[in-house]
Amino acid sequence: MARITVKGVAEIRGPLIIIEGISGIQMGEYLEVRLNEQSTRKGRVLAIEEEKVIILLYQGTYEIEKDEIETEFFGRTMQLFVSEDMIGRTFNSLGEPLDGLPAIYSDEFRDVNGAPINPTSRIYPRNYIETGISSIDLMNTLVRGQKIPIFTGAGLPNNQLIGQIIKQARIAEEIEGEKFAIVFGAMGLTMDDYIYFQRLFKETGTLDKVVMFTNLASDSAAEGLLTPKVALTTAEYLAFDCDYHVLAILSDITNYCQALREVSVALETVPARKGFPGYMYSDLASIYERSGIMEGSKGSVTLIANLTMPNDDITHPVPDLTGYITEGQIILDRSLHNRSIYPPIDVLESLSRLMKDGIGEGSTREDHPSLSNQLYSAYAEGLDKRKLAEVIGRKELNRRDQIFLDFADKFEEIMVNQGDVHRTMEDSLDKGWKLLTLLPKVELTKVSESEMTKYCPEEED
Amino acid sequence: MTLIEESARIVSIKGSTVQAKGLSSYRMGEITYVGEERLIGEVIAIVHDTATVQVYEPLEGLRINDPLYPTGKSLSAELGPGLLSNIFDGIQRPLDNIKNISGSGFIERGIQTNALDRQQKWVFEPRKELKKGEIIKEGDVLGKVKETESITSSVLIPPGKSGELVEIMEKGEYTVSDTVAVYKNKSGSKAELTMMHEWPVRIARPYLNKLPVSGPLITGQRIVDMFFPISKGGTAAIPGGFGTGKTVLQHQLSKWSDANVVIYIGCGERGNEMTDVLREFPKLIDPHTNNPLMDRTLLIANVSNMPVAAREASIYMGITMAEYYRDQGYNVLLTADSTSRWAEALREISGQLEEMPVESGYPAYLGARLANFYERAGQVVALGSPYREGSINITAAVSPPGGDFSEPVTANTKRFVKTFWGLDPALANRKHFPSINWQNSYSGYIEEIEEWALETGLMDWGRYRQEMLKILQKDNELEHIVELIGSKALPADEQLIILIADIIKEGFLQQNAFHPIDTFCSIEKQMKMMNLILLFHERANILIKNGCPISLINSLRTVQILKMMKEEIRNEDLTQLNKIEDHIIFDMEELGSKYGYK
Repeated sequence: MARITVKGVAEIRGPLIIIEGISGIQMGEYLEVRLNEQSTRKGRVLAIEEEKVIILLYQGTYEIEKDEIETEFFGRTMQLFVSEDMIGRTFNSLGEPLDGLPAIYSDEFRDVNGAPINPTSRIYPRNYIETGISSIDLMNTLVRGQKIPIFTGAGLPNNQLIGQIIKQARIAEEIEGEKFAIVFGAMGLTMDDYIYFQRLFKETGTLDKVVMFTNLASDSAAEGLLTPKVALTTAEYLAFDCDYHVLAILSDITNYCQALREVSVALETVPARKGFPGYMYSDLASIYERSGIMEGSKGSVTLIANLTMPNDDITHPVPDLTGYITEGQIILDRSLHNRSIYPPIDVLESLSRLMKDGIGEGSTREDHPSLSNQLYSAYAEGLDKRKLAEVIGRKELNRRDQIFLDFADKFEEIMVNQGDVHRTMEDSLDKGWKLLTLLPKVELTKVSESEMTKYCPEEED
Repeated sequence: MTLIEESARIVSIKGSTVQAKGLSSYRMGEITYVGEERLIGEVIAIVHDTATVQVYEPLEGLRINDPLYPTGKSLSAELGPGLLSNIFDGIQRPLDNIKNISGSGFIERGIQTNALDRQQKWVFEPRKELKKGEIIKEGDVLGKVKETESITSSVLIPPGKSGELVEIMEKGEYTVSDTVAVYKNKSGSKAELTMMHEWPVRIARPYLNKLPVSGPLITGQRIVDMFFPISKGGTAAIPGGFGTGKTVLQHQLSKWSDANVVIYIGCGERGNEMTDVLREFPKLIDPHTNNPLMDRTLLIANVSNMPVAAREASIYMGITMAEYYRDQGYNVLLTADSTSRWAEALREISGQLEEMPVESGYPAYLGARLANFYERAGQVVALGSPYREGSINITAAVSPPGGDFSEPVTANTKRFVKTFWGLDPALANRKHFPSINWQNSYSGYIEEIEEWALETGLMDWGRYRQEMLKILQKDNELEHIVELIGSKALPADEQLIILIADIIKEGFLQQNAFHPIDTFCSIEKQMKMMNLILLFHERANILIKNGCPISLINSLRTVQILKMMKEEIRNEDLTQLNKIEDHIIFDMEELGSKYGYK
């Protein structure tokens, strides 16, 4: 497709520029504006009205000279060179290396916008990814092909949790030669956090299984709109072309949505809630729905999307719309954090919708479904008793209630509060059984007799 | 005319719409191919010489001055054998075909394919009474086709057509485009009829007259059938925040209700959920016909990342296909998950038209469009002969932002549906499923269904329902007191209410969709279960009055048995429930011997 170059722009407005009097421009076309010899900025055609072309510049419009600037249209949508060599590398949101190594050149390139997976080509998610964290693996298992967000609040240790997941995540078949990789897309990442992640990857030697795409907080926010796209394009390539099981982690979706709002306001779109555009649901879906398993390839894309709930409000449009698209959610809880429990995962409020299809015999272990059910209901009962104790005092509880309250305390202390250590699935399951010994046998209605004899350790007195 | 139209050119591109100039004879709703790739679009606004076209595929790559190709047709559904057990996108393209044509697991652009397979042969059997020379009218049944094991389709004379039958083919194998009959219309010219015809989706198909609703749609879901039933031809909304179990409930209704045909519209929802349906339904057996569930099911999948304009169309596509089966005399259940995503598509397109928004950005006609959709439900007498009655039920999920039922889509939906199953996040958090809240839900069909119950011999249905709702209502009032002072401070009869309400909640209202026995509960079993719980209440009440302490009743083994009967007793051996009755009587009499029992 022929490239078209024009000089000058008609309007500069927020992250948008508007060029008039040109023809032959495509919707969604990729373009570059040349500031000077060294630097160019990349953009995308958002709308075309008669001879007015409305363009989003991903790196902002600051210092753009109205009449002198040259814009080159590429005659195609934005593409990303993809290759297995990307594993172990760090890029910005445009796919340019940030690690000082040469750029990726490959015969393979992909449109970053992707295309929806045909529901008849999908394979229903099964099997699991071990994160090494009991609250997830045992109680809210991450299933391959699933999409699940982490709902966090300002000041909660979500980056530490993400770091730990990146460090620990693995699949059981890695020993049999199945390939596993992590694609990490960070939007609006502060420099401190960037350094934290880089150091973590280097020190723990995890970098060789991670591809990182970064949009720093100091970069243009609009650039962050590209981060999930390039990250998932890479993830799809690795999964569906190279048979990798890919865990894609995106953080922080709230930053992404803020950028989306900024652009939509500049476009004068009618806002829906809190100024966010009405198409935010569709836009988020175009990210989250790129996870899955497809016929004809051995790989899978599993997605963890981290997002900060503004003011811990789960009904805010960003977590709310996300929750409608994703298959469950992991929720971090401030009161657990205040009690120095790490990771502060609220096991009861969290939910993995696909868990029932990904665990049990042939995947994790036969006793997993009933064990997690039993732990869940006992912990829920214990928390009810804790509420009761807040009203009438701990001493007023009867003996049975006391036992459940103690169980809830121990559950948080031992199971949830695991700290920065890796627990294998087996470890987590065994710890679960150990906890159950705190309860009288008659209360264990969700686990079978045979499971109990096989897995439950003898009571220690 | 064609010459003018061929010069139609794109003048602007925005979101999911394009504007085009250079056409003088455009019609609202006309299907138009856009650009060299011939993307499918529909005219949604005309201002002077500029038409706005909403495009059902992504617009990337289109340019100003790209051509448009009008078709002269409105967005239509193909209606004929071959729809059932198939899965379509929002504009009725079979997803299997898309997969075969594109050769990729992704949905590529610009794929054009017929909804109905033109190669497949069907056995057409002409209606015996029809003879050459006979006058045929719209809606008449021309013949039959066995579409699946469960459903025999009628070949209908399309609405608007009538005349004198010139020829009708003999029983034999034909494709949907083969001529099966020829007739002479009023002006005397001959026209051919095939097993399929097209119908514009935004126009409701005609019928002879509407009937008052009667009799329930039996769903096998206890809280629905016994507490908030929906009649055949009725409408229901299922609003609920995320995680409250909308989709599981929709799946349950599609699986187990006694409709003849089920149309499931996945409108802007998850891809994996559609795959789940595709994977699971063929394995399940319809309890009413013993054929695979897929035989009576038709799926429309326009998942959340497929084009938003096609999402807007998917609802109309679904209801039109529902009307087609209704006109054949079938009871059709249409489930839409979720109408909020459809409304959002409407909002998005309205925004691109720069229309003045009213509430939360939604256009002023949101209510009118919803009314239009829900009014296409109902029980009707179909056109033509022989006499046929058919119905359409609509059960639609609503996804209110933040779970707030006062938002425009939920509020407007409430204006037009008669049954409201409000899902409650507090119940869902307690893993109480289906999480239909019995305080704010309602059914507008109680009278009709009470009448039906009396006719069918379920004499106690209305009484059981009222008694149980009364207990739950009382329990709700007591709950506030218990929170403050604890249950021990209540008098014994009120403590008994709490116990019975607990049995009702756990043993009756909660229903496990993933339990092989509990997933579907027959009406007979439901009635007997209610009977047993109320019997227990009645007997226990006498004991309490005679001074029996509540703790003794609390610890009776029958309490556990009543809670477990839903999962332990199969629909087929209800005699087991009589044994529970014996249990209750035995337990009570034992206590009665100590405390006096009359």
